[in-house]
Amino acid sequence: MTDPLLSLALILAKLIAVFGVILTLAAYLVLAERKLLARMQLRYGPNRVGPFGMMQPLADVIKLLTKEDFVPATADKWLFLIAPGLSAVTALLTFAVVPFGPPLEIFGKTLPLVVIDLNVGVLYFLGLSSLAVYGMALGGWASNSKYSLLGSIRGLSQLISYELSMGLAIVPVVMMARSFSLTEIVMAQEKIPYLLLNPLAFPIFLISVLAESKRIPFDLPEAENELVGGFHTEYSGMRFGLFFVGEYINLIILGSMVTVFFLGGWHGPWLPGVVWFALKVLAICAFFIWVRGSMPRLRYDQLMHFGWKVLLPLSLLNVLVTGAVLLGMS
Amino acid sequence: MENLVQEAIQNVNMQAIMPSLVLCVFGMVLLMVSVFSKRGNTTHVAWLSIAALVITGFVTLSGWNNPQGGFADSVLFDNFATFFSMICIIAAGLTILMSDDYLKREGSPVGEYYPLILFTTAGAMWMASGTDLMTIFLGLEVLSISLYVLAGFFRDQTRSNEAGLKYFFLGAFSTGFLLYGVALLYGVTGTTKIQGIAAYVQANPDSAMNTMFIAGGLLLLVGFLFKIAAAPFHMWTPDVYQGAPTPITAFMSAGPKAAAFAALMRVTIVGLDGLQSELTSLFWVLAVLTMTVGNFIALSQKDLKRMLAYSSISHAGYAMVGLVAWNAVGLSAILFYMLVYTFMNMGAFAVLVLIGKKGEDNLTLDGVAGLGYKKPILGIALTIFLFSLMGLPPTAGFTAKFYIFAGAIKAGYIWLAVLGVLNSAVSLYYYLRIMVQMYFKDPEEDFAWVKINVPTAISIAISVVGVLYLGIVPGAVMNLAKLAGF
Amino acid sequence: MQAILFYLTAVVAILSAFFVMKCRNPINSALNLVTTFLCLAVFYVMLESPFMAAVQIMVYAGAIMVLIIFVIMLLNLGLTVKTRYTHGLAAGGILSVMVLFVANYFTRAGEATGTGGSVTSELIASYGHTELIGRAMFVDFLLPFEIASILLLVAIVGAVVLSKRKV
Repeated sequence: MTDPLLSLALILAKLIAVFGVILTLAAYLVLAERKLLARMQLRYGPNRVGPFGMMQPLADVIKLLTKEDFVPATADKWLFLIAPGLSAVTALLTFAVVPFGPPLEIFGKTLPLVVIDLNVGVLYFLGLSSLAVYGMALGGWASNSKYSLLGSIRGLSQLISYELSMGLAIVPVVMMARSFSLTEIVMAQEKIPYLLLNPLAFPIFLISVLAESKRIPFDLPEAENELVGGFHTEYSGMRFGLFFVGEYINLIILGSMVTVFFLGGWHGPWLPGVVWFALKVLAICAFFIWVRGSMPRLRYDQLMHFGWKVLLPLSLLNVLVTGAVLLGMS
Repeated sequence: MENLVQEAIQNVNMQAIMPSLVLCVFGMVLLMVSVFSKRGNTTHVAWLSIAALVITGFVTLSGWNNPQGGFADSVLFDNFATFFSMICIIAAGLTILMSDDYLKREGSPVGEYYPLILFTTAGAMWMASGTDLMTIFLGLEVLSISLYVLAGFFRDQTRSNEAGLKYFFLGAFSTGFLLYGVALLYGVTGTTKIQGIAAYVQANPDSAMNTMFIAGGLLLLVGFLFKIAAAPFHMWTPDVYQGAPTPITAFMSAGPKAAAFAALMRVTIVGLDGLQSELTSLFWVLAVLTMTVGNFIALSQKDLKRMLAYSSISHAGYAMVGLVAWNAVGLSAILFYMLVYTFMNMGAFAVLVLIGKKGEDNLTLDGVAGLGYKKPILGIALTIFLFSLMGLPPTAGFTAKFYIFAGAIKAGYIWLAVLGVLNSAVSLYYYLRIMVQMYFKDPEEDFAWVKINVPTAISIAISVVGVLYLGIVPGAVMNLAKLAGF
Repeated sequence: MQAILFYLTAVVAILSAFFVMKCRNPINSALNLVTTFLCLAVFYVMLESPFMAAVQIMVYAGAIMVLIIFVIMLLNLGLTVKTRYTHGLAAGGILSVMVLFVANYFTRAGEATGTGGSVTSELIASYGHTELIGRAMFVDFLLPFEIASILLLVAIVGAVVLSKRKV
């Protein structure tokens, strides 16, 4: 009787820990982004609240919470209220399958450092990332404003287009690891990360992930200078905050997915696994911020052409070649 | 993992799908060819697809008397499949021959038209050779989806749009029925292989009392009966046949119908052999209903394509008589009938293709007045085809009906044969009306727009030769049909 | 526990299926359909088919419904006018209730193989669910699987031919 209770408690503990870490990390990622961007643009960035501006996220949260939560008169009220939650929840749920460290040995028992090790983890990730579209789409539609609608239509078509090449870029990884479980994919990269074994899949996945995160150069759904704020134009207060936090959680998730699929997850010399994992994720996030600081926005037709005519054929070709090589080796 | 790959490879038997494979490869190549050709020029695509069909024909025929199965018993390319595949190849070839000039006249020569016909034929082959309900279903879907597109191919013509949409909606429903039937049968028997279902029926003689099995079987039959346009599932036929491009109408009435017959025969005769007595009484009713409905409604039709649509319904009824007989004579008679029907019906439609004006508003009874004098060769050809459709000697229609009814009489269904012959007598009326218009009416038009082009002429010539050859010396082909039975 | 979860999900599934028809706003109908699909995914999980569940979410909720919503947004459909075909609705309702009874009868009468089929919980546990599906696809149903690719090709070509203005 104690065993299921204990494992339940362990899962809950992991859940809370992961939750706390992710939310804090997301908040500080915002700060990091602002600081890094400022440095790239020869500014200081936020440095008033606390030492080095370290309390800035807290100040932001207080500001967002105390702002008026405004619902436009013509909006579809229920959808308008639900949409930001959807976008944050789908992002958070994905982290359930991410293995962030090697299994721990405590009291003679192994404790896997992942909330649940699903044997279809890859599909779970793809499924949730395709559900993540809904938050943005419904938010834009429910606002009943033309900029928002335009933003979410753009977002929908962009996400649908890039999800394909993202999914297809993982297929070679699954073929090489022979498993849909993220833990086993990481285990399979103990010696060589798939970044080196499959150098084509990595850039495809990275670019698609960048498009999934709706960030520059793929930030057409938001495009401030054309659409005001895109799908979240009409949002204010903590509902806007949810969209905002959802975006950064998504960034962490996608970073950790890149780490799991291509950078060998927690594997690395000298340091403990969890640290390696965190370092890799943060490096990917820093890369995303760097890209934002240095790239212009794509035009809509360029975005579509690139997705359908370059990335998709390349990823299909990659699947084909990987399959042939694997078959030849076996 | 390794042994799974090996197991999968062991199951592969390329011989068993070679004909459809050749067609699909050609279809894809031709898609690319039409992408890179100049707009509005599709003649070379048409000739290439004829070449593809000829090659496929040789590949198919090389499998005669050499049945090839494989893919975990999901396909069996035996003589039966070869015979039906050849019917579909001939139908597709005749269609393509009469299409090129027709498309130019109607003003939408689009290259994708021909690959779609090739894919339809490949789907028909899978239906004819499938021994797994999933293979048959997917073959049916490939065939149907191509046909939906082809029926609505003239998207600027309201009638063609109507045909495409109606066919699509009703067809989607019917395949839904079919799939539900497959699901129920799978629920009862635990397999989708036709052999497995046959084994289940053998092991459970009381399966005729099993409601779920009966429901599944009936839903499956509905799906097939829809495709062969048997009453009471014939409602879509006249509108679709009338609105679709005429070559496609010709094709629909021959190739896909034959394929649906092939699948229906394999499923019932191999899979549900244990339920012979129940099925034959069902088919008895359906056959009589189908031919009567088709013939009697055809009596009042003014539009030629519509009339031929109803005539096609009634011919499905005649062919079903062979299924009622459930004996070797009846079954090989169906094969023979389908071949004959392909020649005579497609020939008749080819003549209609030639005499139609742009938009085809003149394809009515009055529109052919005096055709026999103004265009004597076309008149004679149409006369031959109509004689054959009536079932008069010395044409193939007579021999085909003769074999069908002989099978019924041999199995003891005298009344069914009598009803069939009476129905043929009724059908004389409306076929003769066309001929009366052609020969006993003063021409109102001079048919100056009729330009006999070579490919269509070839298809008419092939059809005439086929009808006369099968009518005068049917023995050789009939022997092949007998070898092709189960 | 399983039974409670099942009935809860079933109630949600049926209610949302009902609202798919009842909602006057097409977006709401579409969202209710998404909920139905998610409930179906839960059923798949309970049937020890996590792969099917994930694919159900990915394909139906994540791809097909997103495209439907995309089209609704592009057309910017407003509220639908209330139709007068109430007797049609009633007939459909009666028909579906009848189908429900028939299905119930089949399962009660034990005519379906049901749990007596070849794929048992033990087999799934020992062989793996995803592996079983892979086996079915690439060994037992390899040819139908390949035909499906031709089917999709034909559908794509057909859609392009019928809808593109200048081919």
